[in-house]
Amino acid sequence: MNNIRKIIVYTLLTIGALIMIFPFFWMITGSIKTYNEIIGNPIVWWPKKIMWENYVIASEYAPFLTYFKNTVIVSFFNTFITLFTTILAAFAFSRLEFKGRDTLFSILLSTLMVPSQMLIITNYVTIVRLDLINTLPALIIPFTASIFYIYMLRQFFNQIPHQLYLAAKVDGCSDWKYMWKIMVPNAKNALITIGLFNWIASWNAYIWPLLVTQSDEKRVLSIGLKYFSGEAGTDFELLMAAGTIVILPLLILYLFARRYIIEGVSRGGIKG
Amino acid sequence: MVGKTTKKTYLQAFLYLLPALLIIFTFVIYPLIRSFYMSFFTDYNIFKHTGSGFGFVSYVKVLQSETFWKALKNTAIYTAVVVPISIIISLGIAVLLNNKLKGMKIFETLYFLPYITNVIAIGLAFRFIFHSNYGFLNYILTGLGMDPVVWLNDTKYALISLIIFGIWGGLAFKIVVFLAGLQGIDKQYYQAAKVDGASKWTVFRRITLPLLSPMIAYITVISLIGSFKVYVEVVGLFGNAGPADSAMTLVYYIYELFYSSYKPVLAAAASVIMFGIILILTFIQLALNKRNVHY
Repeated sequence: MNNIRKIIVYTLLTIGALIMIFPFFWMITGSIKTYNEIIGNPIVWWPKKIMWENYVIASEYAPFLTYFKNTVIVSFFNTFITLFTTILAAFAFSRLEFKGRDTLFSILLSTLMVPSQMLIITNYVTIVRLDLINTLPALIIPFTASIFYIYMLRQFFNQIPHQLYLAAKVDGCSDWKYMWKIMVPNAKNALITIGLFNWIASWNAYIWPLLVTQSDEKRVLSIGLKYFSGEAGTDFELLMAAGTIVILPLLILYLFARRYIIEGVSRGGIKG
Repeated sequence: MVGKTTKKTYLQAFLYLLPALLIIFTFVIYPLIRSFYMSFFTDYNIFKHTGSGFGFVSYVKVLQSETFWKALKNTAIYTAVVVPISIIISLGIAVLLNNKLKGMKIFETLYFLPYITNVIAIGLAFRFIFHSNYGFLNYILTGLGMDPVVWLNDTKYALISLIIFGIWGGLAFKIVVFLAGLQGIDKQYYQAAKVDGASKWTVFRRITLPLLSPMIAYITVISLIGSFKVYVEVVGLFGNAGPADSAMTLVYYIYELFYSSYKPVLAAAASVIMFGIILILTFIQLALNKRNVHY
């Protein structure tokens, strides 16, 4: 490749990348500017003095620490219970032989087409009946099993040689032990990817938490942020600070787990 | 190996599947049937499960609602613009990223950033960027000697703003999938083309595109369905359905029926209609793919 081509490639990619990251940059730097700086014309790219106070003021308006704690609790339990149910089900669909297995699996897969909007009304009723309205379990329980993740993990399990399973059986190894000692360690990367995606999805969930939580003590970040944005009006620096509180943990997670996340998507595994 | 299924193996499989199936039946299969069923009632008490007037009254009501058609129109425009544009841009970026050059991994990392983001939060950043007085976009426009635009509060521009936001957010996933597709193409094809002295553009059209067509088809179906369900982007950008509902989308309409107007039966009927539209779109797309995709 000659140099002119290289320059063109780099220039185009740089312009594109700047557009992609600009909203993040603008939000994070905006969160530490004064009001006059943030609405400044000409543009103020970097604040004279870093205004950490914006975060304090934003947290006085709305209990972001509580929202944050709730979001972590919900994401944590969501992710780990989902991993548990997914491992068990994927193992059954991949290794256990029983009549009707493939039919059952196909039926489950076909429900992936159904838009969640169709489910939400009845699920709301179910949560009311279980007396879980305005509790954190209401945000956790409905999402502790996923057909999509079971499908993904089953693919991985299927790649592990079946002979291994048969040999272990001959040696008297129980299914339960085989699953935890052989299958799970072998599918470690897949499980990390599933866990990460589950965590991110849980962190960003919006409509369901909006529906089933009412009080401030039970709100998660997305919902708290939505209400806050209505109250803060044009205090852009506070809005940006609140937005940064929600986004920064995800950015940090992404920085460390980038490989697993991009790999999970590039395998065509995760939907967009 | 596949012998008779004994009682013991059934019991074992049942125990392994129990936790997942319990959740899936309660929160996916049961509500699916229940919502479908209740959409045929004129009046239905969702808590007592009693209804009256079995028929298509709710469907007629939805189809006669002006808001429904507005939402459908907006959603259709959004989808028709966002899907092709984001596919073309992301394909272009993926081709650039596929060059064997230094720093491509860093670029990939940056381009993928919007995928993991919280739409409500980054929507606030966009709200600020789009702001008519203090927004960065108008700052650039006026700097270039153009007139500032009232992006979010003008009914003419609300949907355009949503589309820009949607394209920005939709690129990341597509770039990564396309890049994986490009990297999976056998190098021999390119070497053969080089020997024949084919131009870059010919190589792209005659080799890359056909070999990538299954992936393009897959992405098209996925983003068609995804765009049709656009909702959080609207909330993130406007906090409501835009000025005079000018950014009202189908999913927004469904949620509003349920959440704000408290008409669960109409919401159920509207969601069944949306499901139908998505199914039809998917089948059309799959049929088209059969003709155009080279496997």
